[in-house]
Amino acid sequence: MANGTIAISEKSFFEEGTTKKANGILSWLLSTDHKRIGIMYLFSIAIFFFVGVIFGVLMRLELIAPGRTIMDAQTYNTIFTLHGVIMIFLFIVPGIPAVFGNFFLPLQLGAKDVAFPRLNLLSFWIYLIGAILVLISLFVKGGPIDTGWTFYMPYSVRTTTNVSLAIFAAFVLGFSSILTGLNFVTTVHRLRAPGMTFFKMPLFVWSTYATAWIQIIATPVIGITILLVMLERYFGVGIFDPALGGDPILFQHMFWIYSHPAVYIMILPAMGVVSEIIPTFARRTIFGYRAIAMSSLAIAFIGYLVWAHHMFTSGMSDTAAIIFSFLTFIVALPSAIKVFNWVATLYKGSIDPQPPFLWVMNFIFLFTIGGLTGLVLGTLATNIHVHDTYFVVAHFHYVMFGGTGTIFFAALYYWFPKMSGKMYNIKLAKINAGLFFIAFNTLYFPKFILGYMGMPRRYYDYLPEFADLQLISTIGSWIMFLTIILIIYNLVSAMLSGEKSIANPWGGVTLEWHTPSPPPLENFDEIPTVTHEPYDFSQLKTMKYIPKGETYE
Amino acid sequence: MSNHSAQIAHKHRDDVGSRMGMWLFLFTELLLFGGLFLIYAVYRHEYIAQFRVAAMELNTTIGALNTIILLTSSLTVALSIAALQKGNKILSILLLIMTNILAFAFMINKYFEWSAKIHHGIYPGSEHLLNLPNGQILFYGLYYIMTGLHGLHVIIGLVFLTTVLAFIITGSVNKNNYVKLENAGLYWHLVDLIWIFLFPLFYLIQ
Ligand code: HEM
Ligand SMILES: [Cu+2]
Repeated sequence: MANGTIAISEKSFFEEGTTKKANGILSWLLSTDHKRIGIMYLFSIAIFFFVGVIFGVLMRLELIAPGRTIMDAQTYNTIFTLHGVIMIFLFIVPGIPAVFGNFFLPLQLGAKDVAFPRLNLLSFWIYLIGAILVLISLFVKGGPIDTGWTFYMPYSVRTTTNVSLAIFAAFVLGFSSILTGLNFVTTVHRLRAPGMTFFKMPLFVWSTYATAWIQIIATPVIGITILLVMLERYFGVGIFDPALGGDPILFQHMFWIYSHPAVYIMILPAMGVVSEIIPTFARRTIFGYRAIAMSSLAIAFIGYLVWAHHMFTSGMSDTAAIIFSFLTFIVALPSAIKVFNWVATLYKGSIDPQPPFLWVMNFIFLFTIGGLTGLVLGTLATNIHVHDTYFVVAHFHYVMFGGTGTIFFAALYYWFPKMSGKMYNIKLAKINAGLFFIAFNTLYFPKFILGYMGMPRRYYDYLPEFADLQLISTIGSWIMFLTIILIIYNLVSAMLSGEKSIANPWGGVTLEWHTPSPPPLENFDEIPTVTHEPYDFSQLKTMKYIPKGETYE
Repeated sequence: MSNHSAQIAHKHRDDVGSRMGMWLFLFTELLLFGGLFLIYAVYRHEYIAQFRVAAMELNTTIGALNTIILLTSSLTVALSIAALQKGNKILSILLLIMTNILAFAFMINKYFEWSAKIHHGIYPGSEHLLNLPNGQILFYGLYYIMTGLHGLHVIIGLVFLTTVLAFIITGSVNKNNYVKLENAGLYWHLVDLIWIFLFPLFYLIQ
């Protein structure tokens, strides 16, 4: 791809910063370098994720047996709300774009930085402020929010807990998301390296680009909805209050007009990462490049039209319900196109099952289950049966955690050597991927059955006949906890005392593998010129950096 | 941008990119108000008669005056950009100050308008309002929310314009580098545009 690029920089971005201070914490906190910002996001997000996991495990502990176990019902309400808020607004939504998008979008485009580096730093700070506001809302008078992460009316107006502050935090986080989105769109339009046409962009760039558009278009709607909830709480305007003529269902529409597209903000970047990892480990150009690129845009577009499938039981007209059910099926098509193309790429590829690839296999398995059970939920008749049961809980964990969550780890394992210049323990990483698979299914599969049997979601207590499956699920949560500790251990110890990694350990060919690991401050010493298709592995022959012990003639 | 000498002086500068970023941002602002317009449409449809009754109470004169003020200010900011492009710094500064004054005047008008209403006991949650039929409560609720949010944008616009004014005075925004002023102008046009929709929806349709 980048023929003739010579990247011999003395200093990596770890050694050279954008601020006058060369080292010390301030050289990070004030850095406008997209790579440092990506790493700061990684640290913050990892911490919030871990807190979210602990809340999840606590919930599972409470549910280990019927009746009260370790907490009272109000605490349980608080914890599932915080678990949801943290996982959604602080981990899954910003996760891949903020960490890997920031780090790799400019690298894959052959750019020095994003279009607005200072705005990028501002987005990070706004994110952090939003997160801190969530934390503050736990401790100020009124007590932590207990509405669930969907903040449904009219309860969110009636409850005396700290709803206003917590949702204001969500507003602030949304603002950060918008700024990141417009930064990425502008970057893609303005900063592609010479020769990089739209159809020579790596697929991760395509999916981040589509995501950025959703961030721009959907987020303002949740912004205004949140402001309205706050105004209702302070002034009692009546927009969503039936007593004053308003309509709580309107809140649900407004909420899901954002939050359904938001699930594509969560999943599209993950699909982009998959489309990077699969060609690299199959040593084969991706099958149906254009179809994958276009399907990202199609998902982004159709994703807007299906929000009301969350409201089949809320009292919509039957016609509306049927239309939304139909549209929901349509949106499965572009996702399926992607899966077919991935599988077709693997067919006859020479597969090298390194850790990132194993995580992608986890993804395909878990995400497929998530997707298929999504059809059960999208179908009007079956939805009525499993609505707001554990079936839904299982479904969204398979999609969000099994989908985007696993790919977050895949991306981490794939790009960690590039980001840090270190290599982790490959064997441990492989064991980890397997352990995750076991943990995940033990933790969440019983929930499908529980839901089918009628166990409602967000319940603190349950009937004795659910006890066995609940117990299995709780045991799963312990294995999951262990798995996550092992992942953190592996990566942290690699960072502190790992072996130095070579620049291109996996034999990738997109632009980020054309520069040293870790990259220099301005990414490339010389702006690369793009002449190849993004996944053309014949260029390995001419590339400066190739995997150890391999020669390409 | 066509000016070559400027590009050499600032190698990281990308005016087209900056403008693109601003347009995208304005787009999100439109969508923010879009949500409110949607709600307005839903409730207007549901309570046609009562919205009409409530709208009669609003002071069309003040509304019209404010419309004229904002339209004029859009003109002055556009002229200010043109003046700077032609290199007439003083004129540009004067026109921008004009814009600020007009924005201020808008807020003063708004203050009198709101306080008159509040004085009559019409504000969200007031006893007087709660005794009115639902449609009227919603009308006034939306009136306060939408003009309030718009007013907030006027204030943000004021801050934005004043900051750029300072840049022009110190010279960092100048004949060859005026994209910041253009962006402030774009933002101001948006504030104006939204008002042009709010005015008929609340004051004129009766
Ligand atoms: C060790 C990991 C995790 C465990 C043990 C866990 C466990 C749970 C449990 C027990 C619930 C409550 C179900 C109910 O009562 O309705 C729940 C809800 C939820 N989880 Fe997780 N979870 C984990 C990871 C995740 C991840 C990674 C995500 C997001 C990507 C996530 C997103 C959610 C959401 C959005 C809810 C709904 C909260 C609500 O109803 O307001 N969870 N989780
Ligand atoms: Cu949905």
